[in-house]
Amino acid sequence: MSETNVLKKIVRNRMFFPLVCLALVLIINMIVTAAQGGSPLSFFEVRMIAETGTLAGPLITILNRASELVILAVGMTLVVSCTKGADISVGSVMVLSGAVSIWFLGFGQLQANNYHVSEYVVPYVVGLLAALIVGGICGLWHGFLVAKLKIQPMIATLILLIGGRGIAKVVANGQINHVDVPSYRWLGNTIQNADGVNPLLLPTPIFVAAFVVLVAALLLKFTALGMNIQSVGINDRSSRILGLNSVRIIFTVFVICGVCAAIAGMIATSRISSVDTQNVGKMIELDAILAVALGGNSLAGGRFSLAGSVIGAVTIQTLTTVLYSLSVSPDQLPFFKAIVVIIIVILQSPQLRPLLDKGVARVKNLFGINKQLFTDPQEVNQS
Amino acid sequence: MNFQKIAIGVTGVALFLSLAACAGDPVDKETPGGEVSTEEGYNLVPADTNGDGLITLGFAQVGAESGWRTANTDSFKSYFVPENGYELVFADANQDADKQKQDVRDLIAQGVEVINLAPVTDSGWVPILEEAKAAGIPLIVSDRQLMVDENLYLTYFGGDMEGEGKTAVKWLKDYIDAGAIADDINIVHLQGTIGSTAQKGRTKALDDAAPGYSWNIVAQQTGEFTRAKGQEVMESIIQQGLDFNVIYSENDDMTYGAIDALKAAGIDHKEKIIISFDGNKSAVQMVVDGDIDVIAECDPLLGPQIGGLIQDAMAGKKIAKITYSVEGFIDSTNAAEKLLTAFGS
Repeated sequence: MSETNVLKKIVRNRMFFPLVCLALVLIINMIVTAAQGGSPLSFFEVRMIAETGTLAGPLITILNRASELVILAVGMTLVVSCTKGADISVGSVMVLSGAVSIWFLGFGQLQANNYHVSEYVVPYVVGLLAALIVGGICGLWHGFLVAKLKIQPMIATLILLIGGRGIAKVVANGQINHVDVPSYRWLGNTIQNADGVNPLLLPTPIFVAAFVVLVAALLLKFTALGMNIQSVGINDRSSRILGLNSVRIIFTVFVICGVCAAIAGMIATSRISSVDTQNVGKMIELDAILAVALGGNSLAGGRFSLAGSVIGAVTIQTLTTVLYSLSVSPDQLPFFKAIVVIIIVILQSPQLRPLLDKGVARVKNLFGINKQLFTDPQEVNQS
Repeated sequence: MNFQKIAIGVTGVALFLSLAACAGDPVDKETPGGEVSTEEGYNLVPADTNGDGLITLGFAQVGAESGWRTANTDSFKSYFVPENGYELVFADANQDADKQKQDVRDLIAQGVEVINLAPVTDSGWVPILEEAKAAGIPLIVSDRQLMVDENLYLTYFGGDMEGEGKTAVKWLKDYIDAGAIADDINIVHLQGTIGSTAQKGRTKALDDAAPGYSWNIVAQQTGEFTRAKGQEVMESIIQQGLDFNVIYSENDDMTYGAIDALKAAGIDHKEKIIISFDGNKSAVQMVVDGDIDVIAECDPLLGPQIGGLIQDAMAGKKIAKITYSVEGFIDSTNAAEKLLTAFGS
């Protein structure tokens, strides 16, 4: 009896399905690797690159490559929860922030120097702050449109989805702007000391992502922000009647989302030490929304789980890395990705859970147990 | 009741689809014998029809999406000037196919004496080409080929993507024959955006040649012509522990990314043979520095060459339907010299 309860607790935990999805992707990888004659565990190997003093391996790659998406997913989760919509401009805000920071770093010299920054005109910190401020301003703009003018979030952020990249192109003068200062690469790759060795052992983006998640988690845990966001998301009007300043809360989530996008943009441009306004952050807004959904969060707002979104983001990157490592031919890549995403989304469907219960019940009837495992009776009543 | 609704819905959808199909039809009708008359051939030749002593060239350009494109535009702007006997009317489509069609109509209405079209897309051009022809304005297609009847334009001029691939393949063959590598040749192939003209041509050249020379292609993945994807894909190839000594990367940006990934993995990229395409200034500099071994050029400086074609046509010479730009390669022997004229950043 108590065993079933523990099982029930695990299965009904919000993290259960996101983690199942992640495990599913990893298991598929192990099976295919084994079928190809490799060791099923080769995917989990971590080794040390002696020359650079950095750990490497598929798991490290996933965490490293997922960093931008994890950071975006943090901001996106809050926006989804609070506004029942999504910020679809994050990819454009990323590239705009990156372009503005490089514009500052090479202030006035870019064109003369054939769009290369060979030394900083202003300190790096100024460039970084400029990027964060741009992200914040984009957030304020969205907050204004959504909270004050009551425009639907999807439409309000559509403006910068289209316009942001356009502004970035003007800022970058339509060219790919390069930064040749070696330390510019540190944020998106690895930090290097005088011997070319990385003292942190891991690629920097992992730390940045962890830091962002930590700050967000602490903010939500130790302030009323998390509850306020959910409250506004569940019912804007009654929250206001209760005395919550819903306008300010909506502004806050969009600013957080914009700043997250700016951080992700700084990482993405640092990875390739250049800003490619055509391609940086292209379509990443969709992956960010998918991460939130895979994390078991309802896109209709309200209750949310930050951890779920983070797992969702990591799952998406795991899928990409796994497909690369299995050498899936490029024209088939979207096909496999689509299949796995379809399976995951169906697994997440609340309508599927009663069906699962029926299936489990049939099996269990053979043993004389009849308990609902996947369905939480309360949840069903709510919906 | 429900059945009726469904029936109405199905009829509606069918009607919509048939309408959509009708709307699509005239655009796709590009077969000879349809609305297009093939009998008269193409006999328009550029001429100074308004007698002002200058040939007015209308240039309908794709946009300004890359360093290559900017250099391409600049080569037209600097060549088609009054000193060379030309006047240039420039129309930038901003990568919008519909705007570009309007651009060409505007050029026709303005009465330019010859049109150079670098099309955004390769379909839907028949009615507009017919309008130009009816207006007696000769039209040159440059950079990207159109799938239309050849009686609708004077000539196509541009880069030969497969030819560039062959140039790169031949360079590698010669390099190996010269005794530079004794080992097996194991190639990592970074492809461009799947389905693009450049990817198809450059991939075909390598795919055709590799079996004959018993070169192994150990990995073939798309880096979508971007530095970020090139880096990510190369990273995963390195992690698979594949043994390779040649990288065939279908543009400069992916090459930068691949070198980033090699450096991050502590692999000396100068020990690999790195083959790139296009020839941006930074890439040519990397050839000078020994980071890249060879670049198969993709020449953006089409202006003067198209000017030459127009002169030939006016002199009554027969113009071939397809002319490819003369393109070579850049390696350590000529990189320093090529750096002076390299395009982009």
